Amino acid sequence: MKTKSYMARIMAAPHILWAILFIAAPMLFVLYYSFTDASGAFSTENLRLLLDAKYLTIFLRSMAFALVATVICLLVAYPLAYAISRATPRAQKVYMMLIMLPMWMNFLIRTYSIMAILEDNGFLNTILNSLGIPSVHIINTSAAVIFGMIYNYLPYMVLPIYTVLSRLDVRLLEASADLGCTPAQTFTRVVMPLSRSGVVSGVTMVFVPSVSTFYISQKLGGAKYDLIGDSIERQFQSAYNYNLGAAMSLVLMVIILISMAIMNRYSDGEGGLVA
Amino acid sequence: MFFVMNSQFYCGFNRYKRMCINSKKMEKNEKLIELRGITKEFDGTPVLTDLNLYILDKEFVTLLGPSGCGKTTTLRLIGGFETPDKGDVFFEGKRITDLPPYKRPVNTVFQKYALFPHLNVYENVAFALRLGKVAEKEIARRVKEMLKIVNLEGFERRNVEKLSGGQQQRVAIARALVNQPRVLLLDEPLGALDLKLRKDMQVELKKIQQRMGITFVYVTHDQEEALSMSDTVVVMDNGVIQQIGTPEDIYNEPKNAFVADFIGESNILDGIMHADKLVEFSGHTLECVDGGFEKDEPVDVVIRPEDVDIVPLGSVPIHGVVNTVTFKGVHYEIIVDVQGFKWMVQTTDYAAPGTEVGLRILPDEIHIMKKSKYSDLYGDYSTYFDEMDKSGAEATGDEN
Amino acid sequence: MRALSKIYTILIYVILYAPIAVMILFSFNSINSTGIFAGFSLHWYQELMKDAATLTALKNTLILAVLSSLISCVIATAAAVGLSKMQNRMLRSAVETLTDIPMMNPDIVTGISMMLLFVFVGMRLGLSSSLSFVTVLIAHITFNLPYVYLSVMPKIRQMDTHLTEAAMDLGCTPFQAFLKVELPAIFPGVLSGLIMAFTLSLDDFVISYFTTGSGFETLPIRIYSMTKKRVTPDMYALSTLIFLAVLILLILSNVAQRDGKKKKK
Repeated sequence: MKTKSYMARIMAAPHILWAILFIAAPMLFVLYYSFTDASGAFSTENLRLLLDAKYLTIFLRSMAFALVATVICLLVAYPLAYAISRATPRAQKVYMMLIMLPMWMNFLIRTYSIMAILEDNGFLNTILNSLGIPSVHIINTSAAVIFGMIYNYLPYMVLPIYTVLSRLDVRLLEASADLGCTPAQTFTRVVMPLSRSGVVSGVTMVFVPSVSTFYISQKLGGAKYDLIGDSIERQFQSAYNYNLGAAMSLVLMVIILISMAIMNRYSDGEGGLVA
Repeated sequence: MFFVMNSQFYCGFNRYKRMCINSKKMEKNEKLIELRGITKEFDGTPVLTDLNLYILDKEFVTLLGPSGCGKTTTLRLIGGFETPDKGDVFFEGKRITDLPPYKRPVNTVFQKYALFPHLNVYENVAFALRLGKVAEKEIARRVKEMLKIVNLEGFERRNVEKLSGGQQQRVAIARALVNQPRVLLLDEPLGALDLKLRKDMQVELKKIQQRMGITFVYVTHDQEEALSMSDTVVVMDNGVIQQIGTPEDIYNEPKNAFVADFIGESNILDGIMHADKLVEFSGHTLECVDGGFEKDEPVDVVIRPEDVDIVPLGSVPIHGVVNTVTFKGVHYEIIVDVQGFKWMVQTTDYAAPGTEVGLRILPDEIHIMKKSKYSDLYGDYSTYFDEMDKSGAEATGDEN
Repeated sequence: MRALSKIYTILIYVILYAPIAVMILFSFNSINSTGIFAGFSLHWYQELMKDAATLTALKNTLILAVLSSLISCVIATAAAVGLSKMQNRMLRSAVETLTDIPMMNPDIVTGISMMLLFVFVGMRLGLSSSLSFVTVLIAHITFNLPYVYLSVMPKIRQMDTHLTEAAMDLGCTPFQAFLKVELPAIFPGVLSGLIMAFTLSLDDFVISYFTTGSGFETLPIRIYSMTKKRVTPDMYALSTLIFLAVLILLILSNVAQRDGKKKKK
C-alpha cells in the first residue's frame, strides 16, 4: 500500500533530520576539534599532549576509580537484587521504589549531602564525638570519591540485575534441585549464568557515568583527585582549550566503546538496559 | 462423475444445480468477486501463482489448505491489504486492484479479532458508523441490532479484553457486519477457540450468514470446519488451487492425492487402469465406476477407511494381517498389512491383532485419480502408530 | 539466611537514605550549619521563598522540561510509528543506532559535542553569544529522544499488527487509523516516555551546564553554582521540597495504577 509508506516516511523524517543535525553532526565536531588547533589547522598535537604523564595519570586514575566503584557496586547490588527478587510481589514493588527514589534527587544535592555528612566537622563526626569516639577523616580521600560514585550509581546496578532475577522462572530452580543441585550449586550453575545479561548492563550503567564524572571528585576529593571529567570540564569552562577538551572526550568515548565491547562479549545479547 | 481437470476454474454446473435445489437464496447468481491471474511474491518467494477464482453473491466460500498455502494472502488481496504483483481483483465487474481497504465494500474478521483494546464493546461495534458520521440514535439502533444478532445483548459497556475468546469473536463479527458489507472475510476466526466452542460457533456463523444474506469468504486449515459450513470449498496448496467444489465433491471425488490426503483419512495406492471401470491395485484387478483413462494408465487409487469392510478370509481377493487395533469410540481403527502396505480401516467390527482378514471394497467406493506431482508423497499408514521410528517408515514406505 | 539477608537489605537502605534524612533534618536547622543541628525552624524555607534567582531557575527548569519532553515525545513517537511501518530494515537500525548515542555516551560528551556544534555555528553566524535558551532546549530534546523512542517501540511491537488493518477495513484512512487506533493503543508507552523525558530534563545538570547561555539558569545549574561556595541550608530546604513533591507524585501514580487495575477486574 503506497499511501501507508508515504505517511510512514513523513512521520519518521523530522526525527531522522534531528538525529543527523544534533546527534551525528556534534560527534563529527568532536572529531574535527580533536584533530585541529585553535586556528583550525589540522593537528595531532592535542592527542599527543594526552600522552603526557599528567594526563595519562588522570586517565588511569579515572579508569581505576570507576572500575573499583563498579566492582563494589556489583558485589553490593547482586545480593540485594537477589534478596528483593525473592520477596513477595508487593514487597518487591516497594523495595524497588525505595531503590529508585533517591535517583529523583538531583545528583548534585545527593553528592553535596554526602559531603556534609563526611566532613571533618560534619554530621558523622558530630555523632561519633557525642558517642565518645574520635573523629575519622574521610573527606578528600580517594575512598570518599569512590564512595560517592557507589552511592550515586548503585540503583543503576540493582535495577537491571533485579529485572533479570525477578523474571527468572522458579521452575528452573526446582528443576535444578530435582536434578541434584544443592542450593549453592543451583545458584552458581543456574541463577548466575541466567542473570549475566543484567549484570552486564548494570556494569555498563555504573561504569560509564563513573568514569566520566566531574562533580563527585571535586566535592568529595577536594580537587586532589582530578578525573577525566574534571579535565574536560576545565577545558570548556575555564581554560577554553576546546581542541584539547574535544580530544579528551574522544579518548573517553574510545575507552568506553572498548569496555562496552569487552562487556558485550560476556553478554548473551538480552540486556535489561531500559526496564 | 469424474472431473476432467484442464482448468483451475470453477466447474460450476453440478454445484449450481445443487445450490438451486438446496437453497432459495441463490436467485441471482452473479460473480461478486473475481480474481484473475493473480501472482504474488514475498521477498522472492512465490506465494500465489496464476490464481483464478470467482465467488458468487451470497455464497459461503472456504479457502482451505495447510499453513503457507496462500489462503490468507488470497483473503488479504480481497480485503485490500495486499496488492498482487500480477493480475487483478474485480468486484461486480469493476477493477478494484488498487483500491485501499477503507474504500472496499468488504469487511474482515481478523485472526485474533484485532478488537480495539481502548474501546468497549459498544464503541468497537460503533467504530465504522462513527467514521461515517451517522447520527447517534441510528448508531445506537444498529449497534443494538448487531449485538442481538451475535447474541451479546447487555455486553455494551464491557471491556473487550475481559471477554472470553468466543465473546471477543462475536464482537469482531458484529463490528465487521455493522456497516452492512457485501462480503465478510474471515481469517481463521475460530482458530483460538476450544473444540466445543468452535463447533457451536460454526453453526452460529452459518446462521448469521443466512440471516444477513451476504457472502462469506472463510479461511481455515481445518478440513472438518470447511466441509460442515461451506457451499463451496477451495482447496489450496503451494499457492495453487488444487480443487474447487461442494464439500461432497471434495470429499468423495478428490482431484489428486493432495486433496485426498488433506481432506479426511485415505488409503492412497498405486494402480493401473486396464480399461474403463477396471482397475488393478494390490495385485488384484477390481471393478470400479470411473472411466475415461488411457489403457493401462498408471493412476492413484483412493479408498476411504470407512468404506473398507473386514470380512472372513477367502470371500474377497484382497487380504492382509491385522497389525493394530485402536478403539475410537464410534468405531475401531484397524491397521491391516496387505503385502507390506498398511491400510487404515474404520469399522465397528473387531478383529484381533495377528489374525488374517479379507478387505471388501465395493466398486463405487474405489475412487480413481490421475497421477499428479503429489502422487508419491503420501504413503500408507505404516508410520501412523510409531512416528518416532523414522527408519521403519523408510523401510515400509514402499507401496509395492 | 533469611535474617541475614534482611539485615543486609536494611543496612543498604539505611546508607542509601542517610544523606537524604540528614538533608531533610538540616533544612529545618535554626542556624547556618550543615553539621550541627541547633533546633527546629522554618527559617531556611522563608529564605528560599525570598530568593528570586532560585525561583526563576525553578520556573526555567519547568518550562524547559515541559517543552523538551513534549517536543521530543511528538518527534520520537511519530518516528517510531513511521519506522515500524517501513520495509527498510537497514534504515531503521541505522536510525536506532544514531538515536541511542546520547543514551550510551557519557553526559559530558553529549554536552560538549553539542556545545562545539552551537559555538561553531554561532561563530559562523557572527552571534555575540552562541548559547541560549534555544540551544539548551535543542540539547534536552536530543537526549530525550532515545528514551521516548525506547518506551514507545515495545508498545508498537506488542500491538496486534491487525489493529491498523482492522481500522482501515472499517473505513479509516491511514491517518485516521493512526489517530483513532494506533495512538490509543500505544498511549501507555507514549505517556511513560513523556514522563521519563520530563524527569530527565528536570534532573539534568551536565548537558545543560555546557549548552545553556548565561541568561538562562536552570535549577540544577543554580544548585551547582551555589554548591561551589559553602552551601546554606536553604539549598536543603529546596531539595526537601523537591523530594517531597516527587514522593507524593510517585505515591499518587501508584495509587492510580492500583485503582486502575481494580476497576478492570
